[in-house]
Amino acid sequence: MLVRLEQRPEASKSMIYVSPLIAVVLTVLTAMVMFALLGVYPVKAIETFFIEPVSSLDGLAELLVKATPLVLIGVGLSLGFQANVWNIGAEGQLVIGALAGGGLALAFFDQQSIFLVPAMLVCGVLGGMAWAAIPAWLKTRYNTNEILTSLMLTYVGLLVLSYLVHGPWKDPQGMNFPESRLFHDSALLPILIDETRLNVGALIALFVVVLGWILISRHIIGFQIKVIGMAPMAASFAGFKEKRLIWLTLLISGGCAGLAGVIELSGAIGQIVPSISPGYGFTAIIVAFLGRLHPVGVLFAGLLMALTYLGGDSAQITMNLPNAVTGVFQGMLLFFLLASDVLIKYRVRFGAPKINTEAAE
Amino acid sequence: MSVDWLIPALLTIVTAATPLVFAAVGEVVVEKAGVLNLGVEGMMIIGAIAAFATAVSTGNEFLAIIAGAGAGMLIALIFGVLTVYLQSNQVATGLALTIFGLGLSALIGHSYVGKTFDGLAKLNIPGLSDIPVIGPVLFGHDALVYLSVVSVAIVAWVLTRTRMGLLIRAVGENHDAAHSIGYSVTLVRLGAILFGGAMAGVGGAYLSVAYTPLWVENMTAGRGWIALALVVFASWKPWRAFFGAYLFGGITIIQLYAQGMGVEVSAQFLSMLPYIATILVLVIISRDSARARLDAPACLGKNFHASG
Amino acid sequence: MADTPRLELIGITKAYPGVIANNNVSLKIMPGEIHALLGENGAGKSTLVKFIYGVQKADAGRVLWEGQEVQIASPNAARKLGVGMVFQHFSLFDAMTVEENIALGISPELTKGDLSGRIREVSLQYGLPLDPSRYVHTLSVGERQRIEVVRCLLQDPRLLIMDEPTSVLTPQEVDELFKTLRRLSEEGVSILYISHKLEEIKSLCHTATIMRMGEVVAECTPENETARSMAEMMMGADLVSPERTGRKVDGAIKLELRDLNVVSTHQHGTDLKDINLTVRAGEVLGVAGIAGNGQRELMEVLTGEVSCENPTAVLVDGIAAGRMDPNERRAAGVGLVPEERLGHGAVPDMSLWENAFLSAATRMNLTKNGFIQVAASTEFAEKVVEEFRVKTPGVTHFATSLSGGNLQKFIVGREIMQGPGVIVVLQPTWGVDAGSAAAIRQALINMAAEGAAVLAVSQDLEELFEISDRIAVICEGRMSEARLAENVTVEEIGLLMAGIGLEGEPAHAG
Repeated sequence: MLVRLEQRPEASKSMIYVSPLIAVVLTVLTAMVMFALLGVYPVKAIETFFIEPVSSLDGLAELLVKATPLVLIGVGLSLGFQANVWNIGAEGQLVIGALAGGGLALAFFDQQSIFLVPAMLVCGVLGGMAWAAIPAWLKTRYNTNEILTSLMLTYVGLLVLSYLVHGPWKDPQGMNFPESRLFHDSALLPILIDETRLNVGALIALFVVVLGWILISRHIIGFQIKVIGMAPMAASFAGFKEKRLIWLTLLISGGCAGLAGVIELSGAIGQIVPSISPGYGFTAIIVAFLGRLHPVGVLFAGLLMALTYLGGDSAQITMNLPNAVTGVFQGMLLFFLLASDVLIKYRVRFGAPKINTEAAE
Repeated sequence: MSVDWLIPALLTIVTAATPLVFAAVGEVVVEKAGVLNLGVEGMMIIGAIAAFATAVSTGNEFLAIIAGAGAGMLIALIFGVLTVYLQSNQVATGLALTIFGLGLSALIGHSYVGKTFDGLAKLNIPGLSDIPVIGPVLFGHDALVYLSVVSVAIVAWVLTRTRMGLLIRAVGENHDAAHSIGYSVTLVRLGAILFGGAMAGVGGAYLSVAYTPLWVENMTAGRGWIALALVVFASWKPWRAFFGAYLFGGITIIQLYAQGMGVEVSAQFLSMLPYIATILVLVIISRDSARARLDAPACLGKNFHASG
Repeated sequence: MADTPRLELIGITKAYPGVIANNNVSLKIMPGEIHALLGENGAGKSTLVKFIYGVQKADAGRVLWEGQEVQIASPNAARKLGVGMVFQHFSLFDAMTVEENIALGISPELTKGDLSGRIREVSLQYGLPLDPSRYVHTLSVGERQRIEVVRCLLQDPRLLIMDEPTSVLTPQEVDELFKTLRRLSEEGVSILYISHKLEEIKSLCHTATIMRMGEVVAECTPENETARSMAEMMMGADLVSPERTGRKVDGAIKLELRDLNVVSTHQHGTDLKDINLTVRAGEVLGVAGIAGNGQRELMEVLTGEVSCENPTAVLVDGIAAGRMDPNERRAAGVGLVPEERLGHGAVPDMSLWENAFLSAATRMNLTKNGFIQVAASTEFAEKVVEEFRVKTPGVTHFATSLSGGNLQKFIVGREIMQGPGVIVVLQPTWGVDAGSAAAIRQALINMAAEGAAVLAVSQDLEELFEISDRIAVICEGRMSEARLAENVTVEEIGLLMAGIGLEGEPAHAG
């Protein structure tokens, strides 16, 4: 064989960080080919996609607004993924969290209170947790696959949202549009930079990144999460409780998703609409992997993925490309990442194996 | 109850079940070979758009279905190369396949929104399809419905009665042993993955060519995931997957006919039924963990790398 | 015997990254000859055999089959030549029948017609009874091996390779197997017999090739050698038997099992039935048995991974421990070494200090308010590495980077350094090089000498006789009475391992 994979004696620590860079480069190169095929001048397209959106203060602020939910959810998911708990229903948890927080805002629609926003955030977290608790309970009690249940619950969650905005929560003065009333000012997150949508949510996300970092690198719970993911038998040998960790990781990731939902609602949108998230819950899966399932990595990956959303919008406006390009980009990036990850455990060798004539140890 | 109501209901069950049958039976083979491909949804949607685009531009439904199968296979090849040769995590790669498939189909489908064509013709078998009730229900379908039944029969036969089936099961049961007695685990798995891709592609094609001859973004609406649940429900047996699919077809019926029968429930709640039913089915089937483990291929989801 | 060798290997070389598994290995096997391939773990025997069977390709070297130069590209090609192989780790499929398993392992043409009839015929002819319709997971280890042998015999092999075939058999089953092998040899079948068990080789094999670190170091006629002389050729050094000072079997009871009954949590596991056992301070109690007779279940109950319904079924220093989880047991002073090193005793892709933290966190106080004390954990890991002479560049390296023997020393050391009053070890030296094995055995004996109670569960009878003060046997989930090691013979233990002599005998130990 001309090209062979040769197992490394020990996983390469540097490749863990190099691999995402390789993936990004390969994605950009492939994207250029794709743009050329779509009849667009590739360099111009790349500029429109990746540079134009962030060449203004407003654009940068918008980048952070979009990165906020991705980073929040990504941190939560990365903890679960490390423990081999595959919560892929973050989109549903985001929606239910948003509904819990948004419902509170509607219930106290005409009240002025500085406690309203914090209460909404708490409700958001609880809502997301509650939705994630269902797969957790089913998995620990009935051994049900959480991938399928959490995903099915996403469809259910989206239908709950649809029901509410088309029915009970529809704005009575809204000309029959499926939207809730606009939130009162006291239900909105404080804006950080005037004239932009950048809000306190970004700081909350940053805080969650730091918390996640401490948890995974220094705390016994983070250690347990890592061990159970890498070697479940070693975890039970060490006395770590699998069910407890399943609950914990699902509640944390659900809570993060719910928090992201309510922040999106009260920070960026300001009312309940039929489509709260453009698939943040799914994109966050890619964010988690691209960020190496590490909170700090997730922060960078979240920024990059937020850029693909902005790029998609900008390509649609200035070049009339469908913004589905974003989804293709994201999927491609994950493919290239997974492919480059082979380099962590294996070396690529060309040509026939060489005979090492030095005596073995 | 009048028969006027019954026949369309039964026909709806068949059309709702057929795409699930294709996708689930394909995935049965993939999982029997020890590979967990969570990208069924992505492969279906790619099959759907490829078939639809071909049907619109050529007007040839046969070509459309071939295109659906081919497209499903092509995108499954990405999954195959990544997991079989590059040892990537099967769960993550399957998710990537779904995300990529949904994105790519939306991109391609952009210019097909709003277009339509006649849709796959029903094969009315003269004489047989004129029999009251039984005629339309058994003999009044399009070719894909019959193909789905035939493919279940073939898969079931191959898996249990042929050396190829024995080999597929062996690779899924103990890939190290299969390798050491001289079989190519990678080739068997790649073949199974491609077959699963083709089947999911045909399932998707059925949606856009026969079920509703229209292109709608995300039109698979979670059917790929339901097909995955069906495989577990079916304990990896093709005929059980077939019946499972029809059971789900039946649930779809409730959704469509409940309002007609005067039940006062919002459309959204009725639309939740298939998803909630999937969860319930998974609970029932997974409850007995010992049994669930016994049925599952022992190497399911584990990557294989020959040392040396 | 004819003059043309059935198989001749000339200058076989195979290198892996960092290791030469085979260096210029040459070998001749005559028709009808039983040829031993002798060497320690890691000497390169398995690599050589995989090459002969076409599973792996060599980097250099020639193969002559009955005088003709051949290339063995695949197991299929090997089978066509007439090479059959019985693997050490059986290449069987648990969820399939005997017949299906055999069909998979032979040429497709042979599966036509009445395969099950031929299986019955061959298995009767060679005294290897088998039912073709049984599912493999319902069979004992010995029966599983028969499937592999019958699978080879159906192909009329002219060379049969047996890789460590006796490690899973009772002494009596070994005798049966040897009868079959001798008979095959008389019929002209050559046998390449891989083992590190010297007595077996002396009694069975006509010639022996001895390998060390990838090279052939000697050829001999086993009949003319002593076990000791062959061992020295195999290891390249004088043998060191563990030192011990006087046996002590009357210390205080440290660990006690009382009417222990446990239903296995594994798919094809063995339930534990009415087990009674005591281990006293200052003694090593050895538990013999063939794999799959409840050892794994016993270990899980002892580690606390599976909890007992009855809390007093396990007593540590007289305290009911049946419901304690692994951490509570460690706190109570139990050290535990499971069988699997990678994935059970240690996390492969974690550093050594993290693996030290894994089991020592509780007893060595390596956490503070839930946070990992990295400095203290590293220090502890370094102490283990130093004390047990673990070869590693440093404790930040992953567990996977260590050789089997070094990792086992690290794991055993990690438990011993926590100063437990009781230590339970499953397969203490399975797949470990002789140097490390000797060090581990010595460490266990020393622990007992210092007053700890040691429970060692092993398949290796030689090892158990070497370290144990008393020996009990586990068979089909039942435990025999423990007897003083000096008052019991290998044959008696063998009968107990086969389940003979347990019926009617009260299963009390201690």
